[in-house]
Amino acid sequence: MSEPVPITINVNGRRRSAMVEARLLLVHYLRENLNLTGTHVGCDTSQCGACTVLLDGRSTKSCTVFAVLADGSEVQTIEGLADGDELHPLQDGFWEEHGLQCGYCTPGMIMSAANLLQENPSPSEDEIREGISGNLCRCTGYQHIVNAIQHAAERMAQS
Amino acid sequence: MIPTAFDYRRATSVAEALALLQEGGPEAKLLAGGHSLIPMMKQRLAEPGLLIDIGGLDELRGIEEQDDGDIAIGAAMTHAEIAASELLRAQAPIVAETAAAIGDAQVRNRGTIGGSLAHADPGADLPAVMVALDATIAILGPNGDRQVAAEDFFQDILTVDLEEGEIVTGVCFAPCRSAAYAKLEQRASKFALVGVAAALTLDGGSCSSARVAVTGASSHAQRLGGVEDALAGASLPDGAASAAAGAGDGLEFVNEDLHGSEGYRRAMTAVFARRAIEAAAGRG
Repeated sequence: MSEPVPITINVNGRRRSAMVEARLLLVHYLRENLNLTGTHVGCDTSQCGACTVLLDGRSTKSCTVFAVLADGSEVQTIEGLADGDELHPLQDGFWEEHGLQCGYCTPGMIMSAANLLQENPSPSEDEIREGISGNLCRCTGYQHIVNAIQHAAERMAQS
Repeated sequence: MIPTAFDYRRATSVAEALALLQEGGPEAKLLAGGHSLIPMMKQRLAEPGLLIDIGGLDELRGIEEQDDGDIAIGAAMTHAEIAASELLRAQAPIVAETAAAIGDAQVRNRGTIGGSLAHADPGADLPAVMVALDATIAILGPNGDRQVAAEDFFQDILTVDLEEGEIVTGVCFAPCRSAAYAKLEQRASKFALVGVAAALTLDGGSCSSARVAVTGASSHAQRLGGVEDALAGASLPDGAASAAAGAGDGLEFVNEDLHGSEGYRRAMTAVFARRAIEAAAGRG
């Protein structure tokens, strides 16, 4: 049996410390230890992107990272995006443009879009589609998701 | 999917990582971005007893022009960092473009060039590019360092010239503008079903010499000698199609799965060889 490993991760601005098994995946740490269930497990094979979070500001599939690898890092999940009661422009965009149907892929889509808009604040439609190509929507509502991200980019450019 | 339990150590230097590798013996595995190893561990295709984290080591980072003009990339550089490198975009655009076409944004944010090369997935993109560029793989082990030509490094499926206890520390190659990579990708994973990298030496409208390598089609990245011979002295881009014709015929072993039969991959090797050659010639 392997030794538990101490970790400290800043999650959504809060320092969280725990002793974890080295094989604990980051997504399970977030969902089961911290009860942050907004981050979803979809395929569990690094393809669907439902588990996407920001790890030190970069979009990351949290099903393909051990929690111990995030020790000393900052993690942002969908729960950390809004400013109090005020939705993040991406959340607002998904609301206004009906960017979701079943909603399962939505947290991962939004976190990928957050990474995209950090790197490229005014992406073209093609760049948006490429930027979210690591996230699958099985309702196939991609057009509305693209519209939602464009909506957010425009709002963020104005503010 | 839960991997087998393992011990975890984060190395603070390459020297410490080497010592931990010695200590762990055959049970030990290195991990940087983890995007090759963790999926295999989740499926229990890999069950290391000790995982040594080298992802954060400064010694394995950097993209630099060396005194002799060659470009060196540290093993722990991510595909996203390589794709964004101004130096590579200017001096070896094939490397930045290929990195930008790996997987998706999340995979590129974590996956590293050292991991990709050492793991040597038959569908990985960068091995073909490194073979075409005649890159050198830098390796450090308990007996010191050594350099291996990329074409000798890749030996078989998931098999490279890396002994127990050794670490890939980086890769080095001469600048080359007239090189390009073209791939037929698996739509979900973006791995290459067939990917061809062509690096040309151009003399006006003709090709004086070429290095062409394929990935995805076979067990490991390898040169397409017949295409290289046909390109010597060929006028481009007109001669690309005839030089590339039959590119896949000489491959000894060809992968076959639900994404593509052997015949399809052989045929596509010719198609993507032509596209890579034309794109490379267009940069001359």
